[in-house]
Amino acid sequence: MKKNFLGALAIAALVAAAPAAAQQKVKIGFITTLSGPQGVVGEYMKNSVELALDHLGRKMGGLDIEVTYGDDQVKPDVGRQVAEEMLKKQQVDFVAGIIWSNVMLAVAPAVTDAGKIMVGTNAGPHELAGKQCNELFFTTSWQNDDTPEAMGKVMQDRGITDVYLMAPNYAAGKDMLNGFKRSYKGRVVDEVYTRLGQTDYQAELSQLRSKNPKAVFVFYPGGMGISFLRQYSEAGLRGQFPLYSVYTVDEISISALKHAALGQYETRYWSPDLKNAANQKYVSDYRKKFGKMPVFYGAQSYDGIMLIDSAVRAVKGDLKNTKGMVAAMKKADFASTRGKFSYNTNHFPIQNFYLLKTVTGPAGQDPVMEIQKTVFTNHKDSYSKECGMR
Amino acid sequence: MNFFLILEQALNGLQLGVMLFLMAAGLTLVFGIMNLVNLAHGSFYMVGAYLAAYFYKTTGSWLLGALLGLAGTLAVGIVVELVALRKLYERDHLDQVLATFGLILFFNELAAMIWGRAALYTNIPEYLSGHVDLLPGLRYPLYRLVIIAVGLAVAGLLWFVVARTRLGMLIRAGASNRAMVAALGVNIRMLYTFVFGFGAALAGLAGLMAGPIYVVQPGMGELILIEVFVVIVIGGIGSIRGALAGALIVGMVDTLGRAFLKPALATVWSPTAADAAGPALASMLIYLLMAAVLALKPQGLFPARL
Repeated sequence: MKKNFLGALAIAALVAAAPAAAQQKVKIGFITTLSGPQGVVGEYMKNSVELALDHLGRKMGGLDIEVTYGDDQVKPDVGRQVAEEMLKKQQVDFVAGIIWSNVMLAVAPAVTDAGKIMVGTNAGPHELAGKQCNELFFTTSWQNDDTPEAMGKVMQDRGITDVYLMAPNYAAGKDMLNGFKRSYKGRVVDEVYTRLGQTDYQAELSQLRSKNPKAVFVFYPGGMGISFLRQYSEAGLRGQFPLYSVYTVDEISISALKHAALGQYETRYWSPDLKNAANQKYVSDYRKKFGKMPVFYGAQSYDGIMLIDSAVRAVKGDLKNTKGMVAAMKKADFASTRGKFSYNTNHFPIQNFYLLKTVTGPAGQDPVMEIQKTVFTNHKDSYSKECGMR
Repeated sequence: MNFFLILEQALNGLQLGVMLFLMAAGLTLVFGIMNLVNLAHGSFYMVGAYLAAYFYKTTGSWLLGALLGLAGTLAVGIVVELVALRKLYERDHLDQVLATFGLILFFNELAAMIWGRAALYTNIPEYLSGHVDLLPGLRYPLYRLVIIAVGLAVAGLLWFVVARTRLGMLIRAGASNRAMVAALGVNIRMLYTFVFGFGAALAGLAGLMAGPIYVVQPGMGELILIEVFVVIVIGGIGSIRGALAGALIVGMVDTLGRAFLKPALATVWSPTAADAAGPALASMLIYLLMAAVLALKPQGLFPARL
């Protein structure tokens, strides 16, 4: 009898507490790609969000956290629909994530128009860095042009001339090569655009060899990169023409490429071997929890959650205080996996860029990417001047 | 030098062509004989690549992996025919397209569940990697030569089976008049199952050979499937000879277009105009060709007589 009474009391207490608890939650909508061939990237991002929540003890500024995941299927319209549902139905306080620039351009305005804060964790279209910059939009990644600019600088500094450029024939492919040419001033042997999603590059590789360049620069994300690099090695070009790239080799594709990735140069703002406490904790815990090396998409997503945490803590859990949260975010006052960085006026990071090389990993394991040197220190993107914010 | 480059690109075109042929042969047979539009043909390509990669890893022998992968794809093809497609022969093409599109989604998600969404690692065995000097100044990857040889051998074998054996006679008869063949007492259902499984195995063969040089991941079949449809439309739906001719034409046109269209345009127009138009035009070339063939010979170059 006594037991029952206590039980009833406990239930009554729970019922009384429930409505209050429901209001006292930080609600985050995280949109990424979770289905189809590109779903693998979303998996790494989702895992990293979960890891960030673990590290925060599943609380932000004393409030519980509720994350809703959404799948954009790599489609702008689907992404926007998912975001609107999150804003109206789940009434989220923040929307975060987004891999693709075209999806971001559809989602970000929907979120900021609703008066909520958008935290991008990958896509960095130049529109949002420049003319369409917004007080409520932050990103923990980069602007699309930054990374190829860094590689252009590397090749310029090394005095490499006669570079052969290749990329898929779509908006980002052209942006990447233009970014490269902004800092590389040497001779370009040829600029070749291939079909988006192409699998066979033998014809292009034959042409490449006949032109006999001093080096090659490519942008082949995802599966295209795996096909391209395998065929590049198989055709015996690996030893002949040094290959430089952006977003072509990463910790996801290395496990499919193994030796075909060895010797590859990439530029990036983050690497698993970056020496800082937050990163070492992130990398070792990620490997422990998921049994894989994390990838930059994940590190940025982890940072995104930490950025939100810093804002919620600054306003002491008062989620209505959007102004206070924006002001806190501008300080970038959190332990980022890429070390301390600051925000530019357009809410894009001012950060370092490094040259990475794929080298043999520990015995019996996949190759790893290692930082060779710093290319840019506190680099600002090229579009911040077009942004009206101060 | 320039001559060698053209020769090398012709080899590249031939290699792409035989790869497309392996896919197109099965697709065109199934369409020609069973009047079935099978969008899921690319899935067998994926299944072949995955199974071969898996068996290569477990057995340690590439050849054994390839053989088991081939047998596995044959089995999967037969099961799919028995379970799902058998009921679709009498339905109209739209129903078939919907159902086989469903199969694509099913197989892609199944592969993602079993092997994960990340691309799988497969490599070329030591004895097939590297390159050979065909002529002084003409270097070519050995593995691609093997693909050409296997593809041509399969084409020869297919010709022999279809033109010289009793089975081939039934296939040809089935293609021209199904009802009559059934009326003559041939077990047409079994013939269908066999042809379908065989077509799937051919796609699997293309997939397992493509695995180590392309990318093994869910959805890999759809990347090549569109080109295969172009091949059978150009060659003539239902015709193996047409599939071979169409595949070689598409392989050559696509490869030579990608390689030489831009430089060729640059000699006529300004280099900047060629830079802008070249890649776009090169990737459209096979579709323009298809449109031209459809306009002049709506039945394709070699209409189905097999």
